[in-house]
Order: sequence, then structure tokens, then C-alpha cells
Amino acid sequence: MTEQFLLQLSLAVLFIPIISFLILIFFGKKLHRSGDSIATSLLAVTLLLSGIILYSKLNFYPEQTLNGTFTWVSFSRPELTSLRLDLGIMIDNLTAVMLVVVNLVSFLVHLFSTEYMHGDVRYSRYFAYLGIFTFSMLGIVLTNNYFMMYVFWELVGLSSYLLIGHWYEKKSASDAAKKAFIVNRVGDIGMFTGILILWATYHTTIFSDIYSQLATGIVPFGDTTWLTVAGILIFCGAVGKSAQFPLHVWLPDAMEGPTPVSALIHAATMVAAGVYLIARAFPMLTADALIVIAYVGAITAFISATIAIAQTDIKKVLAYSTISQLGYMVMGLGVGAFSAGFFHLVTHAAFKAGLFLASGSVIHAMHHALHHKHDHETDPQDIANMGGLKKYMPITFWSFLIYTLAISGVPLTSGFLSKDEILAGTLAFGELSGHTLIPIIAFLVAGLTAFYMFRLVILTFLGSHKDESRVDHIHESPFAMTFPLMLLAALSLFFFYSPNPINAASGWFMHFIERPISVVPLAVAATSNEIFEEALHHAHSTAMYLSLAVASLGILIAFATYYWKKISADNIAAKVPSVYLFLKNKWYFDEFYDKTIIALTIGISKFFNWFDAKIVDGIVNGVASTTKHTAFGSGRFDNVVVDGFVNGVAYVSGLIGLVLRKIQTGKVQTYIIYVVFGVVILFFIYR
Amino acid sequence: MTLNVSLEHYLILSAILFSLGLYGVITRRNAIMVLMGIELILNAANINFVAFSKYTAGNIDGQMASIFVIILAACEAAIALAIVLNIYKQFNTVNVDEIASLKD
Repeated sequence: MTEQFLLQLSLAVLFIPIISFLILIFFGKKLHRSGDSIATSLLAVTLLLSGIILYSKLNFYPEQTLNGTFTWVSFSRPELTSLRLDLGIMIDNLTAVMLVVVNLVSFLVHLFSTEYMHGDVRYSRYFAYLGIFTFSMLGIVLTNNYFMMYVFWELVGLSSYLLIGHWYEKKSASDAAKKAFIVNRVGDIGMFTGILILWATYHTTIFSDIYSQLATGIVPFGDTTWLTVAGILIFCGAVGKSAQFPLHVWLPDAMEGPTPVSALIHAATMVAAGVYLIARAFPMLTADALIVIAYVGAITAFISATIAIAQTDIKKVLAYSTISQLGYMVMGLGVGAFSAGFFHLVTHAAFKAGLFLASGSVIHAMHHALHHKHDHETDPQDIANMGGLKKYMPITFWSFLIYTLAISGVPLTSGFLSKDEILAGTLAFGELSGHTLIPIIAFLVAGLTAFYMFRLVILTFLGSHKDESRVDHIHESPFAMTFPLMLLAALSLFFFYSPNPINAASGWFMHFIERPISVVPLAVAATSNEIFEEALHHAHSTAMYLSLAVASLGILIAFATYYWKKISADNIAAKVPSVYLFLKNKWYFDEFYDKTIIALTIGISKFFNWFDAKIVDGIVNGVASTTKHTAFGSGRFDNVVVDGFVNGVAYVSGLIGLVLRKIQTGKVQTYIIYVVFGVVILFFIYR
Repeated sequence: MTLNVSLEHYLILSAILFSLGLYGVITRRNAIMVLMGIELILNAANINFVAFSKYTAGNIDGQMASIFVIILAACEAAIALAIVLNIYKQFNTVNVDEIASLKD
């Protein structure tokens, strides 16, 4: 396995999905089963190749970064020496892991969709879009520079837009697609500005080149404040893509897309791109930028966890739980627990994709049962209409339970390992920096997560179904749907990541993914790795016991409320209706944005519309009417004076002609008379 | 009574002949009659030529000219009659009033 060969393999991994896209978009309808088997098998190939890449990286090049760069645009004119754009890919440990995560989830979603989307109107187009999405995501993962990162970043936004709006006949779906795209743009502008700041200083966008220049003490515009600004601006891109506060509003709406798409894009890969971006930018982030990131993550985690408690749509609960977990990862990176944050990204990708696919399985079954009863009123996604599904869908139930245990941070699961590391990181950070609010929020959110996830499990699968006649027609989903569930459930267990079920530090993952060395000037750098590791080590056992305590408390309360009915949720909601409504309505974020930003935008648009209609159009119309009147006058002058003169001349000529034609009779003899008389007259004149 | 024939007599005769010819050319509707009028005018000119030759010039240049005119008149008559013949073929008439297609 030479380095060259590995790079070629990764290029193949990058381009195979776009081939799948091209085949399906052009020939999809003519192929057998609309080409879903082609797309799925191509993804199986990329999964295999990325597995080989990870294996080789892990065993042969654990410390190296493989780089392949070529110059795309270069101006050799002396005054423009700085204008050069390099494109390239690199494989480091982050890349190798992300390749497998993206390809695995994408492959499983392809497989799941062959059943879930069966009979859809735009079946082949759906698979084509999955292909272009996978391509874009792999581009983000493989690139070695901010420029390509930005290009693929936008491509991911585009494919996300296409997939959310897959059922664009539904107004809510097309609105959600537009909302996702536009909200993402807001963050992307920040990211773009950040990249421009780096470009203006370093004249390159390659990560390693920027960081090596930064390590020699060159900072943007000679001021470390600009370095912080650049870091925060690039983080803005992550805020948009990873649905962080205050741009998190698009993700819940994006649930209008097909459920497997939610699993692929809005749980495991695209939203993880933001976290991946922070990981890539990590070496250049200053302490101040990291604190901003940590607080944004913590606020996001808290807000969305509280919202998730009051939602009743199964996908909305999962959407808010996703935002909350993304906040967790961002917070983890922000406090400096780099490996933990990234570890959580990987474990979360497995169990959250699983949760979404399992919810897809439930919705699929509910939909068919309702369809069988000709019931088109009941919402198949509302957990209030579910309950007692455990008996009918055992595989879905058990895998869902494993994912829930993982996301709640129960021991023996992967989620416990990664969450525990993040919590320890926040404790260490709180101790070192004095920002104690962050660990407090982190533990509170851990408890809330356990509570609302078990609420979801109990209401969906346990207890009894409200309407027994409906349950008869609920069946377990076919193998193509249950296989991904079982595989992801297995991947949510601890032994894939660490031999020790209560400590990830001994596992391969935490050694493989290590916190990169910060290259920012010492004065503005975050706590160094050694000191942080030391504090982390101390905080570890405390974090573990505390997290176990809050998780069990959350689970207990969930059971007490929804299973044993010791606590009545309705009573609590009735006692504090304002709080309940506040959470139910998602902290009124959408309404707030409607009233402020959107109202402002519409106001400005209206003003410009008025300006256009009155001022610009007025000027244009004024000019037009002046021209018209001038033309009218000029026309009159033409018609009356010029034409009158010309016509007059013609008329006079005509009159003369009329007179003269009398003389010209055509009779030669008349002429002779004229001649004779003429001669006679001439004779008398000249005599 | 002696008949003293002078130049004036010839000129008067010639003038009468010319006037008659002109009258014929102007008043006749028949093309052939018009031609005949022209012949009269030509002959009036001939008389003038001969008379001036005898009474004033003292040589025979005038008489020579009159012989040329006679020859020309013969040619003219031939050509003109041919034209009239063609006109008759074209319009089925030799009435000069009706042959007015150039007018419009």
C-alpha cells in the first residue's frame, strides 16, 4: 500500500458517487428497478474502498498525513505572484475515519431507501441526489484546503436542498428546502469572509500551509484579534451547517424530506460537516474563539434539549435531539476536548442514523396500517397516535432501544464512551478557565437527553396502542430496512471503539484521533494539551459518576411520568402553561425571526419596491413621456410643415401638369398649328 | 398688255401653295391626305428655290437644291407610305385622330 495508491483509492471513493449520480440522472428511468441496485452497489464499493483506506492508514501510516496537491490556477505575472490556487486532497486520521462514517451511513441509507421509497414518483432521481450528496460530503472530508472545502460545502447545501424538497408538491417541503438553503447561506457568508481574511494574509488556502505560516508568527493583518475574528467567521459556516444557535431553525423543518434523507443528511453526515470544519480549523483557533464556540455549543445543546421535551412528532423530537447532540460536539471541541468531540461525532452518526432509520421504519409501518384502514386523517408521525408497537416490530424496537441507551449515555454503549469524554472535558475546562456554566449545562443536557429519549421510546413502543384495530396491520419492516438497523445497533456498542466499556482512553480511536497542536501565538492560545490532559484525567471519574447519575435520573423520571404514570405530564403542563407553550413552540424562534429579521427584510424589500415603483419607474416613465411628447411634436412638425411643403410642391406641380396636359393632345396636327403660330409670332418679333 | 412675271409672282404662288399644303396637313384626318399636304409644302419650297435662283443668285445652286428636294420627297413618300401601311395594319385605320396611344 504505497501512499500514492492510497491517494488514488481515495480519489476513486470521491468520484464513484458522482458516477452513480450521472448514470441515474440520465438513464435512471430506463434501468431495471430505476437503477437503485446500481447506486447501492456503487456505494458498497466505496464503502469497501474507504474501509481499506482506514485499515491501511491505521496500520501503516498512523502518524503521517498523505497529501496530493496540484495547482489549478496560477498567474506567473510578477505583479500577481500571489495569485495561485491549489486544489488537493489529503488523508489524515480524521479523513480516514470520516470516509468510513460517510460511506457506511450513505450505503445503509441507500439500502434502506430501496424499500422505504419503493414506488415513489421520482424514485431514480432520489437515488441520483443521494449520489451527488455523498460526492459533495466526501469532497468536504477529503479536501486539504479551505477553497475546495467551501465549494463542496455549497454542493452539500445544494444537494440537501434537493433532497429536503424531494416531495416539492407539498408546500411545507418546498418551504423547508428553501429555508434550509437560505439559513445555511447566512452562515456561509461568514465562512467565506473568514477564508478571505486567511487568503489575504497567507495567499493560500491549504490548511497545512496556513498553519505552518501561522506557526512562524505571521498573523492576519499583524493583529491576533484578526486571527480570532477569522476563526469565529469560519465557525459561522459550522453554525449554519451544523444547525447551531442561532441558525438552528432550519433543521427541524428539514424533516419534511424523506426519513432516510433525514438519517443521512440531518443526522449523520451533513450536519457533522460543521463539526468537521471546526476540527480542521482547530489549530488556528485562539482561546477567545474557542470560548465562543464552546458557549454557542452549550446554548444550542440546552435550548434544543428543552424543546425536544415538548414535541410530539417523532421526527421533530429526533431533530431537536440531533441539534442538541451537535451542540454537544461543538461544545466538546470548544472546550478543547478535540478527540472526544470528534469521537462523539462518529458514535452519534451511527446511533442517530439508526434512530432516524428506525423512526422511518415505524412511520412506514404506521403509514401502511393507516392506509389499509383508509385513514388519511391521523398523522403517522405523531407519537400520540403510537404506543405498544414493541410486539409488532421487535427488531425495530430492540435496535431503537439500543440507540436510545447510547444517546442517553448508558454504559456498554458507544454513546456513553464519547459523552463521558466530552463531559470530562467540560469539567476540566470549567476547572481550568473558571467558566463553570459550561459543565453545568453539559450535565443538565445529559439528563434532559435521557429523559426525552426514553419518553419517545415509552410513548412509541411500550404501553398499549390507543386504537387496537389499527395495530393488526402493523408489521415488521422487510430485511432491507431491518438490516441497516441491526448493523447500526451493533455499531452503537462499546467494543468497536474501546475494549474497556467505561473508558474510551484505552481504545484505538482516542489514540488514532489526537488533538492537533495549536499554532496560534502563545499569548492567545488555549490551554496547552499537556495541562488539559492532566485536568481531564482528574475529572474523568467525577464526570463518569455524575453522568451516570443524571442519565439514570432522566430515565427514571421518564418512566415515572410516561410508563408508571406516577407523575402526570399534563398536570405539570397545565400548571405552568406558559413554560409548556414556550417549549412546545420552540422558544418562539421562528416567530421571533418572522417578526424581526424576516419582517425587516420584507420591510426593506417593500421600501425598495416602493423606490423602484415610484422613483426609478417615475424617472423612466418621465423620460419616456418626455420622449413621447417630443416625438409627438416632432411628428406634427414633420406631418404639417415638412410634409406640407413637400406635398405643396407636388400639388403645384400637379396643377401645372393638369394645365399643360391640355396642350399635349397627342394630335400631331395641333402641334403643327402651334408651330405655325409660333413661327408667325417669332417672325413678327425678330423681323 | 405685257405680262411681266417678276419674283413676287413666284413668291405669291409659292406662299399660296405652302398655305394650301399647310391647310391640308392641319385639317385632313386621313394620313395619306396629310402626306399629300407635305408634298405641296415641299413643292412650294422648290418653287422658292428655283425663283430665287433665277432672279437673285445668278447661278444654278438653287435649282440643284430643288432637285435634291424632289429626290428627298420621293424617298419621304416611299417611307411615309410604308409607315402608313404599317399604321393601318396596327390600328386598322389611317385616321390620325384615332392614333393617339402616345397621349396617355
